[in-house]
Amino acid sequence: MIVDRRFRLAALLCGWILIFLAAPFFLSRYYLYLIGLILTTGLLATSLNMVLGFGGMYQFHHSVFYGVGAYSFALVSMKSGLPPVAGYVAAPVMAALASLIIGLITIRLSKLYFGMLQLSLGSLVWAIVYRWYSFTGGDDGLHGINIPEAIASTRGVYYFTLVVTIVCLWLMFRMVNSPFGRIFQGIRDNPERTEAIGVNVKSHQLVGQVIAGTFAGIAGALFVTLEGSVFPDLLFWTLSLELIIMCLLGGWYVFFGPMLGAAIIVVLRTFVGIYTEYWTSVLGIVLMLLIYFLPQGILGYFQRRQLSEEP
Amino acid sequence: MAGVKPLMLEVINVNKTFDGFQAVSDVRLRVEKGQVVAVIGPNGAGKTTLFDLITGQLAPDSGRILFQGEDITGRKPHLIFRKGISRSYQIVNIFHRLTVFENVQIAVLSFQKKSFHWYGAARKMAGAETRAILKSVGLADKADQISGFLSHGDQKVLEIAIALGNEPQLLILDEPTAGMSPEETGHSLTLLKRLCADHGSTILFCEHDMGMVFSFAHEIMVMQQGKTIVQSTPAEVRSDPRVQAAYLGGADECSG
Repeated sequence: MIVDRRFRLAALLCGWILIFLAAPFFLSRYYLYLIGLILTTGLLATSLNMVLGFGGMYQFHHSVFYGVGAYSFALVSMKSGLPPVAGYVAAPVMAALASLIIGLITIRLSKLYFGMLQLSLGSLVWAIVYRWYSFTGGDDGLHGINIPEAIASTRGVYYFTLVVTIVCLWLMFRMVNSPFGRIFQGIRDNPERTEAIGVNVKSHQLVGQVIAGTFAGIAGALFVTLEGSVFPDLLFWTLSLELIIMCLLGGWYVFFGPMLGAAIIVVLRTFVGIYTEYWTSVLGIVLMLLIYFLPQGILGYFQRRQLSEEP
Repeated sequence: MAGVKPLMLEVINVNKTFDGFQAVSDVRLRVEKGQVVAVIGPNGAGKTTLFDLITGQLAPDSGRILFQGEDITGRKPHLIFRKGISRSYQIVNIFHRLTVFENVQIAVLSFQKKSFHWYGAARKMAGAETRAILKSVGLADKADQISGFLSHGDQKVLEIAIALGNEPQLLILDEPTAGMSPEETGHSLTLLKRLCADHGSTILFCEHDMGMVFSFAHEIMVMQQGKTIVQSTPAEVRSDPRVQAAYLGGADECSG
């Protein structure tokens, strides 16, 4: 029964990958961009869910690490004179560093206090980026960032985003199902008991946070590749809130939940945004319906139904 | 390793105060290797606090705790667990979203120092050890169930199974049969007796069910208002006038 479920999941994923690989042959440029945006945002939401859904940590300001990754990539490729590849190394490294520094300060606190302190420290980073005109471009951001020749075409960007996303998701999937991931889920369910079975909870949480931050940094570099520009909104707290909603919407105890949540939110924002500028009110209604009717998220609901059907 | 028999655990004049309330006061306790020792006392006597002090959830204000002759006073819980002390809890304290198998597997993985392995699939690791523990406590057929949906009795047994994950030298059980039906209590008692017979486990436990205490324990330590009244054999404890005055007179009120 478990083998069967694993086989079904693998078949489903292969099907999706084939659809994504074939997409450039029948979709217009705009839709390719949209899929790229969904993949990038989904990767970001999945990285958040590593600590939120699988670690039970109140990661309230995850977009900071996304923004740090994006700005690192942009600044390295614009100002350093190094080859563009250096940007792709700098993004995850700087994001990991940022999550290590913020993590070292916040990890001593638990639950809500952890989240609130992270929110304030993250806002501090945002304020620096927002004000430091000479370096970060302030509220204008940075534009016209060079993308390596090889992937600069529409299809090039699309396939690059697709491959990086798939590789990152695969790595994260392995981590969630590794001994580390198993123990991380134990910490989520019951930190006191996890400590009582010989686990140093704080150091696991710190490592988990750095992993999540690193993948967020990669997502940041992908966003710049896709968009060609960065702006301070990337590390504003409202984006962090949206990411949490994506995780809840798709199902935060299911690995692919945040990816689905990201797809729904990005599509909603894009198409509702055409008709009204108050698209956040639509988001609010979605959130209310979600909390009342699908507290486990969409995939969580289906997973639960599937589990109860099987003997 | 003082004395005639090797000492597993020695608690020497330990004190713990919460905001001026003396929860544990000059407590003394000795557990020899292979011995089953029960701690009894009315509600609020400080039994759980004493266990928290031994396993490191709380740090004592003064006094010393020795495990196999080594001072472990005030160490962190995860370090004490690695030394070989394991415990179960009075209130069910499991990983309720994980399966029964995963609950025990986490403890085994932690004991095998694999908690930082982030490559390789966890489902392929520690399987034999985990299944052996589940089999010995009688939960093997429920291995794939989500632990949060188990009956209370099964969850209490799972508590003990998690605690067995580090092949403990000293097993501390905080009211292992609390809230169980008489049938389940009997089943648990059989299980614990078998653990002792098979592995020669050293067990320290507290329990309100006097039938279980007097039929299982080699020695009984009686606590009242945070103090040790006496530690002795069941027969001597039963006839001790101080114990009768302080505690056993009210034993009928304490249902299991």
